[in-house]
Amino acid sequence: MIMVGIAVGVAVIVFVSALIGGLQSNIIARTLGTQAHIRLLSPDEVNIVLRPAPGTLQLLQEDKRAQRLRSINNWQSITAALDGLPLLTAVSPVVSGPAFARRGEALESVALVGIDVERYQRIIPLRDYIHAGQLRVGGGDAMIGRQLADKLGLRVGDKLRLETGQQNNAVVNIAAVFELGVRELDARYVYLDLKQAQALLNLPGGVTVIDVTVEDIFSADKIARQIERLTSLKTESWMETNAQLMSALTSQSLSTNMIKVFVAISVAFGIASVLSVSVVQRTREIGIMRATGATQQQILRVFLIQGGVLGLLGSIIGVAVSYTLVWGFNTYGPGLFHIPIAQSLVVMSVALATLTGVLAAAIPSRRAARLDPVVAIRYV
Amino acid sequence: MSDSQQVLRLEALRKSYNVGLPNETEVLHGIDLVIGRHDFAALIGPSGSGKSTLLNIIGLLDKPSEGELYLLEQPTSTMDDDARTALRGSAIGFVFQFHHLIQAFTAIDNILMPLMLKQGKPDRAAVERARSLLAAVGLEKFARTPPNQLSGGQQQRVAIARALVTEPALLLADEPTGNLDTHTAAEIFELFRQFNREFGCAVLLVTHDLRLSAACDRTINLVDGQLVGDALNENRVLTS
Repeated sequence: MIMVGIAVGVAVIVFVSALIGGLQSNIIARTLGTQAHIRLLSPDEVNIVLRPAPGTLQLLQEDKRAQRLRSINNWQSITAALDGLPLLTAVSPVVSGPAFARRGEALESVALVGIDVERYQRIIPLRDYIHAGQLRVGGGDAMIGRQLADKLGLRVGDKLRLETGQQNNAVVNIAAVFELGVRELDARYVYLDLKQAQALLNLPGGVTVIDVTVEDIFSADKIARQIERLTSLKTESWMETNAQLMSALTSQSLSTNMIKVFVAISVAFGIASVLSVSVVQRTREIGIMRATGATQQQILRVFLIQGGVLGLLGSIIGVAVSYTLVWGFNTYGPGLFHIPIAQSLVVMSVALATLTGVLAAAIPSRRAARLDPVVAIRYV
Repeated sequence: MSDSQQVLRLEALRKSYNVGLPNETEVLHGIDLVIGRHDFAALIGPSGSGKSTLLNIIGLLDKPSEGELYLLEQPTSTMDDDARTALRGSAIGFVFQFHHLIQAFTAIDNILMPLMLKQGKPDRAAVERARSLLAAVGLEKFARTPPNQLSGGQQQRVAIARALVTEPALLLADEPTGNLDTHTAAEIFELFRQFNREFGCAVLLVTHDLRLSAACDRTINLVDGQLVGDALNENRVLTS
């Protein structure tokens, strides 16, 4: 019976962990699917204020400077340096800036994104998001989002006029319509060739952003700080830009951990109470064993081991049950996302349940070991 | 009787319960007793005379309040629990009225248990010894049988074999035939006799069956916590 209790407890822990883990990694994958893990930008332009002469009081009234679009200095060598960092999985220089897309009388504000397709593909797998057409920029080709295409009534092969207000207008050919699944991006992004975007935004040879992806997404923050020191560029990690998401994920993890802790506690009490009953039931046998030469430590060990074995077997059954649950969820569930079960989670749960079993057995075991053999033998 | 011939010596042994409480009662009032190496003795007395208490103290399950108990010439009052357990495990074999076998074990495993407690996994010699003891009590066919499939007499035989597996110097039996019919009781009693003869272990048998005590070599009479008689028996025949 207690096996069932332990099994259910472990199954709940493993299933909830896997579910929430799957959910979270799904959310993160979706979020990060359409953005770089770290963005490197030019540092903000600030007013340079002359240091006052010693002994004088300086009163200063300062207006913040407007941040104009400008290139990252020396981006070629920075990119080359970042390419050599093992922590990063992809580096993609991008030039982006505002523009209007015009078709006839219709005008939409858009964000021009000039990319090197090869490199950018590794940051955001655009190929997977192509709704129609072919992944191709350059030579007057551009890719636009589905929302924009709908608004302007554009299809693959149509022409689109881009105006940047810098006398550099261009007419581009729609090579593809993509759908990133984020309304804002689908309505505003226009992917161009790096060179063409540079010309349109009046930044010949420049890039405004270097997009970076990292191996371990949760250390993006730390790596961003490192890159900041390395390059003296301004960095934004996805964790900063998605602070709300992060806090939601954190509180979700917190609540799952609470559930896990309480389930573990109830499992522990279950084991402890079963062993307490077992000690009472076997009082006489404990007495005989003491009379035939069992030391207190030996009796203690028997019950501790029993607790551990209960935890071990129960958790193995529980893991099997949770595999079944997860399989059921993946096969027959809503199909929103796939839940993986990590090996480490399984090993951890089994180890923890065994440890819990031993710990829960501590009190009943001590009681068994301390039984007075005289009393124990006469116990009926 | 020389000292080396003693297995057990009690000196002015007293036992009180509820010490320091208003209901403090002394149940053993100064017992002096010597059991020889090959004695076959019966401890008799009416209920409440303190027989079981005395047996528990002799078996190192309980501690005397005063006085000293020498087991194999070793004073035991200063020993800690582990030392007493070790001495109990090696020097004393117990047989109880209710055979007290571990139900989860087979007959042979029950016999091996004291050895396993002492040395861990039983070696070939231990298994051999358990088998020969099982044969000696006439149960060689029941080695792999769980206790609940044995009769009361058979279970008691297993318990006796278990008590002897460590080759104890002293075999303590508390009403070993108490819940057996007279025929089976006689058989069990004969086993004690046989092992006393063959292994030379001293036997102390608690009983209130006077026919049984009369068949022992020596009768020790305990009344109200005092020894009132200790005599060798002339006519040692057990009639069933």
